[in-house]
Amino acid sequence: MIPKTNQTPLQHTDELTDAVRALTPLSRYSPRDQMPDYSHLDALEAQSIFILREAFHKFKNMAMLWSIGKDSSVMLWLVRKAFFGHVPFPLVHVDTKYKIDQMIQFRDEIVKQWGMDLRVGTNQAALDANTTFPQGTATRVECCSMLKKDALQDVISKYNFEAVLAGIRRDEEGTRAKERYFSPRTKDFEWNFRDQPPELWDQFKTDFEPGTHLRIHPLLHWTEANIWEYIDRERIPVVPLYFADEKNRRYRSLGCAPCTVPMFSKADTVPAIIEELAATKVAERSSRAQDQESEDAFEKLRASGYM
Amino acid sequence: MSQNPLNIVIVGHVDHGKSTLVGRLFYETGSLPEGKYEAIQATCQRRGVPFEWAFLMDAFQAERDQNITIDTAQIWFNTAKRPYVIIDAPGHKEFIKNMVTGAANANAALLLIAANEGVQEQSRRHGYLLSLLGIRQVAVVVNKMDMVDYDQATFEAIEAEYRQFLKNINIEPQVFIPISAREGDAIASKPTENMPWYQGPTIVEALDEFNQPSQPIDQPLRFPIQDIYRFDDRRILAGRIESGTLNVGDVLHFTPVNKSSVVKSIERWSAPNQDSAVAGESIGVTLEDQIFVERGHVGAHASTPSTPSNRLRANLFWLGNEPIKAGNNYKIKLGAQEMPVTIEEVVRVIDASTLDNHEESQKLVQKNDAAELVLRTPKPLALDLHQDFPITGRFVLVDGYDVAGGGIITEILDGTNIKEEAESQQPVSPIERYKRNRHRGVILVSQGLLPERSHPLMVQLERALFNRGMQTYLLQPAHSDLQDAEQDMRALALSARSLAAAGVVCLVNAPWLIGPKLRQFRQIADDAHTGFVVVHTGRFDFALAEEGERAEQRDDFYFGDADLIVLQQTTDIHERVTAIVEQLVPHLQRY
Repeated sequence: MIPKTNQTPLQHTDELTDAVRALTPLSRYSPRDQMPDYSHLDALEAQSIFILREAFHKFKNMAMLWSIGKDSSVMLWLVRKAFFGHVPFPLVHVDTKYKIDQMIQFRDEIVKQWGMDLRVGTNQAALDANTTFPQGTATRVECCSMLKKDALQDVISKYNFEAVLAGIRRDEEGTRAKERYFSPRTKDFEWNFRDQPPELWDQFKTDFEPGTHLRIHPLLHWTEANIWEYIDRERIPVVPLYFADEKNRRYRSLGCAPCTVPMFSKADTVPAIIEELAATKVAERSSRAQDQESEDAFEKLRASGYM
Repeated sequence: MSQNPLNIVIVGHVDHGKSTLVGRLFYETGSLPEGKYEAIQATCQRRGVPFEWAFLMDAFQAERDQNITIDTAQIWFNTAKRPYVIIDAPGHKEFIKNMVTGAANANAALLLIAANEGVQEQSRRHGYLLSLLGIRQVAVVVNKMDMVDYDQATFEAIEAEYRQFLKNINIEPQVFIPISAREGDAIASKPTENMPWYQGPTIVEALDEFNQPSQPIDQPLRFPIQDIYRFDDRRILAGRIESGTLNVGDVLHFTPVNKSSVVKSIERWSAPNQDSAVAGESIGVTLEDQIFVERGHVGAHASTPSTPSNRLRANLFWLGNEPIKAGNNYKIKLGAQEMPVTIEEVVRVIDASTLDNHEESQKLVQKNDAAELVLRTPKPLALDLHQDFPITGRFVLVDGYDVAGGGIITEILDGTNIKEEAESQQPVSPIERYKRNRHRGVILVSQGLLPERSHPLMVQLERALFNRGMQTYLLQPAHSDLQDAEQDMRALALSARSLAAAGVVCLVNAPWLIGPKLRQFRQIADDAHTGFVVVHTGRFDFALAEEGERAEQRDDFYFGDADLIVLQQTTDIHERVTAIVEQLVPHLQRY
């Protein structure tokens, strides 16, 4: 019998196709014989897999948000862990058209090699009207609202997704720290953070009024360091922009080109990044200019439907 | 090298200083991100208020305005010994459900009491909730010692009162610590001349004394089935081992269905092959025999199975707006099991803030109360006592759309009238349909012929299956013009999904569903309990002239999704139908 999909289950990451491996060569990771003890990641991985399987069981028409960044790339890996090599739902990429070129190249290569169903959401109207930051009149946050939040809502409505998986983490910033694994949104995509469902003992809110839409956050309990440790252990391909270039610049957090700046760094391997993070006191999203516009800018953006 | 943080919840009455304690802990252990101290300072100046540590955790605008913690938040910090996650839980009575959410994920708790106010309603309620939530590692922190002039007698009076209360609910606190979060006494460094009488541990020392809980590897095995996957030719039971150890070759016994089979393999993706798995691992299992098990059934070794019953006694805390009374109906979620449940009896209601029994006549469990209840389900569940199996011995109740309470099983009672109630209240399950029809619901899509040519073939195929006693239906989509293609596809997929769910072999004559379109169709139409079969009816309808790579690409495009390929050199429809039926029937009869 021929497999139902063209996604062949892999036995081991070293069997990644050459094309995917070339995106992040093995020299970026700890050598197998010098791999640090990453056994603390087992519990995080098992919890994420548990959540992904709950989500898949409860929501037939579900999609995964893939920002091409390190977190959602780890999530994609965990999806394949959970479903034994398969990605049994579509991926959604909200493309603002301001993404850095290497991100789009990376996306297209992975999609091609792993045979995934990618749906791209773009707010073309806003781009055509030329109101976006920095050319137009919009502030950074307003631009995020149009190109990311609105585009996401459009793509969710278009395909009628009941639920989307998003790779946010509690340690990223304050409002995300208060998130639930299964986080309901109204039909207008609003997040009522003042009245969130209780979540205990791995029992999630899975019963809803019709029209409710769900965000599911399988990586909520991971930290930035955990993400890199897991990338190292599993040898997960990531966008090369995360590694220091010859001018000693690397991106710690990836977003749109006008609002994301690289940091000074010599870390050009995954273990070097992990070491750098252990020493830093700078917040991960400090390089994302839209967060800094006003005290509660990000909170308002999230309450109205941002990821 | 790295280790996972210990999860600490900080609970206590509103305004007893939880968020301030957290801010101070971060500051004194050097865990504040760069610029954060200055940012809080700036915020406070802008608002014209004195410096307020609580702004660190209370990131929400509403909380900054009202100066109370609404939701539970989590942040990370380190001591020299290990990393911690601090779960800040709101003290307001309105937000008990958020406090429960925070505390349920904790490994240990700091219970905070303000020295100037003493033991309050929420101090007691939170203590009791910690006990029900199964948190046994507790340190009591008496805050705001600066407001009582660091008076030793005040501290000791609070300790005596609260220690007695905790004793009643089986919590043995590790230590009582007098502190001032605002002034920084006894947080990370020993108290200054303010409290020369206190020689005990600081907050940081007390935290470092807590133990990291370990997975219950040595307990009897519990493997609840979370889902069953048939992504390829394997039938994988997916789930997380909640306790014990599972080995290839073990006989797995499932409750409440009373079926057994031998573990053939333990499945993981991109991980070293191992023939055993232990508590905490999310894995997959294949069995030697195709037995009827489904989501919710709990696998165990035959000598130590879960107990099947439809009645249980439980201690429960209630967060719902509508009170519980005997006869009310809810949904119980216990592991992956979900079932309607009836409150058979409210044995007693406990006011969680005083531990007093409510009046006998009252028997109403109000919001934020705790109670002892007897619950009854229409069919047996796989049950464990909470004292033996903390994870599989607890459940939540869903009222309408909302998780409204949590409980622990204290006694498994004899079941009653299980069969009768099962048949009257339970929806007909896919397995019941399977047993009656002697085949499962399947969606069958044909490929390889133009619609007008495939139509007669599908008609004959349906006839052949129907004559073999199968439930069949031929779904004939309207011709779609390009504009409505997607909508038509969706409508078609939803119809097919319903028919298959009803147990029917649904034949879909839509050979234009190929490649990505077919996968999209499948995503909407396919269901865990039904099958999906793509029958390729023969490649000779396409030009076969190309060779090599192009032919491969073409094959992938046309055949990549097929489960069943019937390749023949004949154009005789009858022969083709016979060949398809022969290959198809065993596929349909397997569950």
